[in-house]
Amino acid sequence: MNNLIFKHRFLIARRITQVTIMFLYFAANAWGFNFLMGNLSSSKILNTIPLSDPYAVLQMLAAGAVLSADVLGGVFIIILFYMFFGGRAFCSYVCPVNMITDLSNYIRRKFGFNKIQKRQPASRNIRYYVLALSLIISFIMGYAAFEFISPVAMIQRGIIFGLGFGWAAILIIFLFDLFVLKNGWCGHICPIGGFYSLIGRFSFIRVHHNHENCTACMKCKEVCPESQVLFMITKDSLPVTSGECTNCGRCVEVCDDEALNFSIKNYKRK
Amino acid sequence: MNTKKDQKMNRREFFLNGARALGLTALGGLVWSAYVDEVTASSLLLRPPGALDEKEFLKSCIKCGMCVEACPYDTLKLAKPGDNKPLGTPYFVPRDIPCYMCPDIPCVPVCPTDALDEKKVTKNNKLDIKEASMGVAVIDQSSCIAFWGIQCDACYRACPLLGEAITIEYTKNERTGKHAFLKPVVHTDVCTGCGLCEKACVTKKAAIFVLPKEVALGKAGDYYIKGWDKKDEQRLQKATNKINKTKISERKAVDSLNDLGGILDE
Repeated sequence: MNNLIFKHRFLIARRITQVTIMFLYFAANAWGFNFLMGNLSSSKILNTIPLSDPYAVLQMLAAGAVLSADVLGGVFIIILFYMFFGGRAFCSYVCPVNMITDLSNYIRRKFGFNKIQKRQPASRNIRYYVLALSLIISFIMGYAAFEFISPVAMIQRGIIFGLGFGWAAILIIFLFDLFVLKNGWCGHICPIGGFYSLIGRFSFIRVHHNHENCTACMKCKEVCPESQVLFMITKDSLPVTSGECTNCGRCVEVCDDEALNFSIKNYKRK
Repeated sequence: MNTKKDQKMNRREFFLNGARALGLTALGGLVWSAYVDEVTASSLLLRPPGALDEKEFLKSCIKCGMCVEACPYDTLKLAKPGDNKPLGTPYFVPRDIPCYMCPDIPCVPVCPTDALDEKKVTKNNKLDIKEASMGVAVIDQSSCIAFWGIQCDACYRACPLLGEAITIEYTKNERTGKHAFLKPVVHTDVCTGCGLCEKACVTKKAAIFVLPKEVALGKAGDYYIKGWDKKDEQRLQKATNKINKTKISERKAVDSLNDLGGILDE
């Protein structure tokens, strides 16, 4: 039992933070428990500290909105936080869509769907194209373009304010990830993840690979939602430097040989 | 030889892939922008007090829902998928829950992006909900029973600006000769569009209902002046209409009226 918890310690931590954050938002709306007001687009902690989604604000800027100091302060806090500590931790520790895509991925692994199709037919760079396209459309249309179609926004707002047809967005992402493309939404398309990838390359806390301990069992690659960032497995002792790593820690958990661990990024050049 | 051929293929592939990506991007962009255009086009929404003009509002609303949380009456809702309204933006439906016009307007100061602008509901450096301009009440005279002659003043009584935004006009009922009509009249310059009248209306479907001001109100233009109202002429100072000179307008209006030449000659 203890071992089971230890083998899922980051997964448990992630689920707890994801659910707690959503619950706090929900509580603020439903019962006026104002510890964390708003939602993932923009919120306030204890009615004082502002937080804002930098990608949404970037679109608004492109659309030509005049922004208040409150919002810019919130963006600053979020960017600094993820730049230093998180990488794409937003995706693995905060975003509720992560639970849906993780479920798809879990079923894929259990039923062996991954074995049928080894090579994924889509580029992981699509998210950067979507990111660029969203800014261009925002600029041309004069509205924050992705915010009007974002299933992430639909789902998280749905949890807090009532779902409406938001369940359709959940179903679509679930089925897309399950049958069409492995890690399809989070790993290929979502521009929010793309945005945090760009910030995340600076973050301090990184996964480190110790080549000497590795027994090439490939469990980490199997479980990693962004397996391209683990290119050094079996080859070299390197930290994961790519911003696309979500710092979810699944690879660290599944490794039976202590070959992977979190560490502080070393900025000194060798 | 072989490498040269490979290079050629690579170049071909490169151009082909580039064209493919471009095509997909263009297609995606087209569908995407068409969709955004469609969802932002809805103009019959009632926004919270202090909301910027619809276009500016859609631009600056970050869809955080803090105004919704601040509203003590659960008036405000965030547009959900399936509501056919700009996704995630706040609105209210007066017939369900109207705006109760809180004096401290809790929904406005919480807005982080100033899409709900405190300046728009401030008078003499104090928040004043009477400055709100969420919409304007419109009466359908054909279904309002007060216009039928049945006594009803539900909307008048419900109005938080009683006697200012809605007044009652008494007229004689010529058909019976001994009854009166008590007809409600909306004063569009005072009405905030809170919708309490729409909520209170007794008819099956409300005969008085709130529409956004830009939808419900006409505009006379600054070439019509109320001659009996001295102040009204001041509007001319800010007139934006250009003077349009035609052959007829070269003469003064009075001359034109007195001159029968045109008619007699023919």
